[in-house]
Amino acid sequence: MAEAATTLLTTSDGRPLKAALATAQARAKRRAFLLVLPLLLFVLLTFLIPIGYMLKRSFEHDGFSASAPGLSAWFAQNPGFDPANPPEEAYAALVSDLALMQKEKTTGMAGTRINYTVPGTISLFKAGARAAKDLQPPYKDALLAVDPEWGMPRLWRAMEAASSPYTTEFYQVATDRKLGDDGWGRGADQDRIYLFLFFKTFLVSGAITLICLLLAFPVAHLLAVLPMSKSSLLMILVLLPFWTSLLVRTTAWIALLQEQGIVNDLLVWMGLLSNDNRLQAMYNMTGTIVAMTHVLLPFMILPLYSVMRVIPPSYARAARSLGATSWTTFRRIYVPQTLPGIAAGSLLVFILAVGYYITPALVGGADGQLISNLISFHMAKSNWSLAAALAAMLLAAILVLYWLYDRLIGIDRLKLG
Amino acid sequence: MKKILILSTALCAVAGVARADLTVMSWGGAYGEAQTEAYVKPFMAATGKPTVMVDSENPAPAIKAMVEAGNVTVDVASVEYADAIRLCDEGVLEPIDVASLPAGADGTPAADDFLPGAVTECGVSTDIWSNVFAYDSTKFPEGPKTAADFFDLTKFPGKRGLKKGAKATLELALLGDGVPAADVYKVLSTPEGVDRAFAKLDTIKKDVVWWEAGSQAPQLLADGEVAMTTAYNGRIFAAAINEGKPFQIVWDGQIYENEMFVIPKGAPNAADALEFVKYATSTEGLRAQATFISYGPARKSALKEKLMFKDGKTEMGPHLPTAPENMKNALETSSDFWVDHDSELNERFQAWLTK
Repeated sequence: MAEAATTLLTTSDGRPLKAALATAQARAKRRAFLLVLPLLLFVLLTFLIPIGYMLKRSFEHDGFSASAPGLSAWFAQNPGFDPANPPEEAYAALVSDLALMQKEKTTGMAGTRINYTVPGTISLFKAGARAAKDLQPPYKDALLAVDPEWGMPRLWRAMEAASSPYTTEFYQVATDRKLGDDGWGRGADQDRIYLFLFFKTFLVSGAITLICLLLAFPVAHLLAVLPMSKSSLLMILVLLPFWTSLLVRTTAWIALLQEQGIVNDLLVWMGLLSNDNRLQAMYNMTGTIVAMTHVLLPFMILPLYSVMRVIPPSYARAARSLGATSWTTFRRIYVPQTLPGIAAGSLLVFILAVGYYITPALVGGADGQLISNLISFHMAKSNWSLAAALAAMLLAAILVLYWLYDRLIGIDRLKLG
Repeated sequence: MKKILILSTALCAVAGVARADLTVMSWGGAYGEAQTEAYVKPFMAATGKPTVMVDSENPAPAIKAMVEAGNVTVDVASVEYADAIRLCDEGVLEPIDVASLPAGADGTPAADDFLPGAVTECGVSTDIWSNVFAYDSTKFPEGPKTAADFFDLTKFPGKRGLKKGAKATLELALLGDGVPAADVYKVLSTPEGVDRAFAKLDTIKKDVVWWEAGSQAPQLLADGEVAMTTAYNGRIFAAAINEGKPFQIVWDGQIYENEMFVIPKGAPNAADALEFVKYATSTEGLRAQATFISYGPARKSALKEKLMFKDGKTEMGPHLPTAPENMKNALETSSDFWVDHDSELNERFQAWLTK
């Protein structure tokens, strides 16, 4: 028997069966891989490379290091210099770099780079570069005579940091820190904004996800249990807004909810509100939450529906026949079976909400702003590195949440439809 | 079959854009339309060069991205004044020699004909537009007259519309607080001045509706959501003249600036682009533009004769930011100030908003 077990099984042409099987499987795998290759390339080209590029942007900026080679070299040789009192050679290198910038027309690049951390330096660099070729040694006194701001310790700190193309400065700014004369420190309270907005964005997105879930659950259940003819009609009602332009829907909410809008007019007409006491439901956080909930609702209904549709009604009937109350049946039999749909819908809605910016921009008013509005602001102002740093932090936060989600619920339980 | 037809037409349209000799990028809306009618169509008719207009939310970051990526598809772009200067300093734009621009219709050389500051190293002004505030004249028969009135909630009760951004808002706050136009940027350059501007905004903060897109301002006014609002003067003009809305502009404390045509470095048709800029910013070009929207030409020669709106019965003169009676307490946006402080003050502004 033992001998029979060790005898190799072979194919008819004498090759070992195991090897033949492996070859056949490898061929099948290659073919399958070729099938997914276009998608893989597409994802690589349109998703991974741009995201990698964005991440690179968030800690790379050669605006200053490339246009001020002399000073950058000096910084590299003198790592321990005193920013409060840089020596004459440093000023000499700076003046010759400024003259070079004027010639090469790179003043704007250098000034913009330093301006990210020390506001007011774009015009400082421009004036300095214009004057540079006429300056005579000693350069320190000459440059300080052009503008005493050239002696600011934080300016020298900023230039030293910018003399390498790689920097963490944008992350410092993105976490509400400011460059002062003594180095990086906590920003003044009136300027602190990003961390607070991150926190607020996640809070608001969480609230929207919860509201979506509460609203979507009964609708999805109804869709799943109604006879086909009626449920299709209901489905169209769910999908119709889904197919309508986002801007149209947002504007419709403005028309409905604004102070002189339809809802307020109706309430005043019915005598429930006095004319001077109209509801403030637009251009604030309420407006943002209402409009975003509406926009994102289908993303919750559809995964829920796809899960609920295949739950056999016999389970609930069995529970009832064994004496469970309807509440117990719902809680212990029905809800656990819908979990994959709840998980998928919540994840979808939450992640979409975190990145939303058109709706908050239009209906958010003063306090309805989210972090993506500031990312878009910095994109528009061409401070791409700061926008990239903020976006990278947002991405990291979402990945952490995703990991948590995987640990708590398990990603394999996700069912998207 | 119908689908195929639509698809192929769309493809042809795309191919047509790709082949077009000259591409102009502007802001779309009423403004882009005015530029198409005033510059693009006549230029095409005069030179026979196919020219297309494309819209952008803001052409400045778009062309910067193109130049950095080395794939420039735009020949001429319409950008804000501060962007024209900043992008030029960053080496993103082609320099334009003022001497190469056509002389005024009266023969004045371009350098003297353009208003001060209207031609920079890389940009030529197409028009002067303004941040003004406007009110509904049916609400206030005796309307507000000065920037201070905008902040006076007792004399003029009701909500205020303001642009959600630091630029022009902080200036208006200081003007409303009694700072003379000439001193606004001096005050705003100091930390105390910035505090003063925010303190002034604090007085109306709870009654402000913030707008972001230019079209929102006249809409808020039309809906009765606000009693008065800041706006781009052309939008209020369009609502008042085209749609007959009872809107009245207050020119006191207007904050105006030039809009610039620039040519991105590496533009595929740089030579034609320059021809287009010359054509558009000639006396006739600027005058043509001002018959479509109430933004003022930046050439003295273009302001000499009366300008009529396209409806043929509205005289443009009093509606332009550059009209002498509108310039009494006017402030020109300081591009130097804003290239330096845009990020800093907007961050503070956003932080202030959310508090």
